[in-house]
Amino acid sequence: MSPELLNALAIFVLAILVGFEVISKVPATLHTPLMSGANSIHGIVLVGAMLIAATADNPLSYVLAFVAVVFGAANVVGGYVVTDRMLQMFRKREMPPPRSDKPE
Amino acid sequence: MNEETIYALVFLAWLAGAAAFVLGLHQMNSPATARGGNRLSAGGMAVAVLATLIWLVVRPGGLGNSPLPLIIIVGGFAIGGGIGFVLARRVAMTAMPQLVSLFNAVGGGAAALVAIDDYIRGVSIGEMEVSTAIFVVLGAVIGSVTFSGSLIASGKLQGTVPGRPIFFPGSRLLTVVLALGTVAGFLLLVLSAAGVVALTPELGLIVLGLIVVAALIFGITMVLPIGGADMPVVISLLNSFTGTAAAMAGFVINNPVLIIAGALVGAAGGILTKLMADAMNRSIANIMVGGFGAGDGAAGDAGPGAEGGNVREVGMDDAAIQLAYAQKVIIVPGYGLAVAQAQHAVRELAELLEDRGVEVSYAIHPVAGRMPGHMNVLLAEANVPYPQLKEMDEINPEFDRADVALVVGANDVTNPAARSNPASPIYGMPILNVDHARSILVIKRSMRPGYAGIDNELYVNPKTGMVFADAKDGLNQLVAAVKLV
Repeated sequence: MSPELLNALAIFVLAILVGFEVISKVPATLHTPLMSGANSIHGIVLVGAMLIAATADNPLSYVLAFVAVVFGAANVVGGYVVTDRMLQMFRKREMPPPRSDKPE
Repeated sequence: MNEETIYALVFLAWLAGAAAFVLGLHQMNSPATARGGNRLSAGGMAVAVLATLIWLVVRPGGLGNSPLPLIIIVGGFAIGGGIGFVLARRVAMTAMPQLVSLFNAVGGGAAALVAIDDYIRGVSIGEMEVSTAIFVVLGAVIGSVTFSGSLIASGKLQGTVPGRPIFFPGSRLLTVVLALGTVAGFLLLVLSAAGVVALTPELGLIVLGLIVVAALIFGITMVLPIGGADMPVVISLLNSFTGTAAAMAGFVINNPVLIIAGALVGAAGGILTKLMADAMNRSIANIMVGGFGAGDGAAGDAGPGAEGGNVREVGMDDAAIQLAYAQKVIIVPGYGLAVAQAQHAVRELAELLEDRGVEVSYAIHPVAGRMPGHMNVLLAEANVPYPQLKEMDEINPEFDRADVALVVGANDVTNPAARSNPASPIYGMPILNVDHARSILVIKRSMRPGYAGIDNELYVNPKTGMVFADAKDGLNQLVAAVKLV
């Protein structure tokens, strides 16, 4: 295995561990927005689609890259916008009265 | 600047994007910071995508002599992003879960396409390493399963695919055969890359094509037998799959930001799936095996009406008087309220009652609506004050002190069988203790069973009065009747 692959594997494993830790006790209210937010993040595959589009040199590759860019862009843009709409409910004015006893 | 410097800067931008994803996701754990977290994550995405575009254009050689790649990238982004934006802005909040599933489907599809494209290039120039072949097949398979599976899940929520569990003769056998075929194809391609088996490039492509087709069908047969009530958990699981597929695509094209973001979503999505399943007191394995409510479907059609005249129907005026002279009313909203677009009507009724000095609160079951947290979004949209929304653990003790529990379009989450009847398919699911209230009013169109397809003994409780009406009409009539009391 090449050093690049080994480095990539190390990054992969560490990122998985971060993913396990980054979500802790989440109120059920936030389950759906959180899923939708995570859904937007895997839209990063758009970057991969752009990279294959840049080096495409035959009709089949052009078509595959084009569809991949369209799919990835829909995932990214739509995902973030719909998540933001869901989270509008947590606008400041709709929060319960602020508790002053909280540090921070 | 030389190529190395430019690439280093782009790499740092990718890293910044990945850090924003982690921090943003973490901030989404709490209501106070959730919106900021999503925007931080979106900012990171913008940085990563822009840096990629800049890298492609300014690196030595740029995008080559053909304008086609730039057209594909910019045009494709405009089309895909435009469609995504319009759908996300226009979708009714009730239909939001199926849209999330749709976005998940295209994300998985994109990951599969990136992997497939790389394989085509690799074999056409005769360069295919064993590790690359492994990641290509994993990316293509996982991405394809999510693509078709998420489309079916989306269709089930939308109603274009029946929500009930669907079995056809030999469906389980077909699933097993497809899985085995995929594994066989995977081994064949890996052995071919290792030089153990000699495959011509054409034959290799055919094998990959067959694997993709098998994975697409597998995604369909995996989701079809699962009931609509379990779709949130399925979508969350498929979301985690897409993250993994994106990471595999990252290995294929050797890109760190895809690997980090994909692995992050794969793991976090897995944890979230577990949390969701726990909130519904279901195990993920149980859900994936499917068949929730299938056994009771036939019996459910008969309905409690078959047991005779145990159901007590009350008129609007009686119901209005009960509500108007109560001290404490707990409203239990369900999906029926959402589909009837009755959020505003229920708020009007609540305000009217409060003006008369009645204490009103809303009992929100964790899975009220079609997804966890869905009902909160719908009620917030209708400007129901946030402090009135009470989560299950908080509100359940209060039912004992409530004069009236008003159930609007909710069914399975109020079914006492979940507490008392071990034979019931929903036994053990946490429910709202609606039957503890002094009296119960249920607004419901008919005696049809709920999403799980089982009868609700709440409706034959002597304390329960049934108001047969569409949620919106019923509430509007109640508002009018309360005004006259």
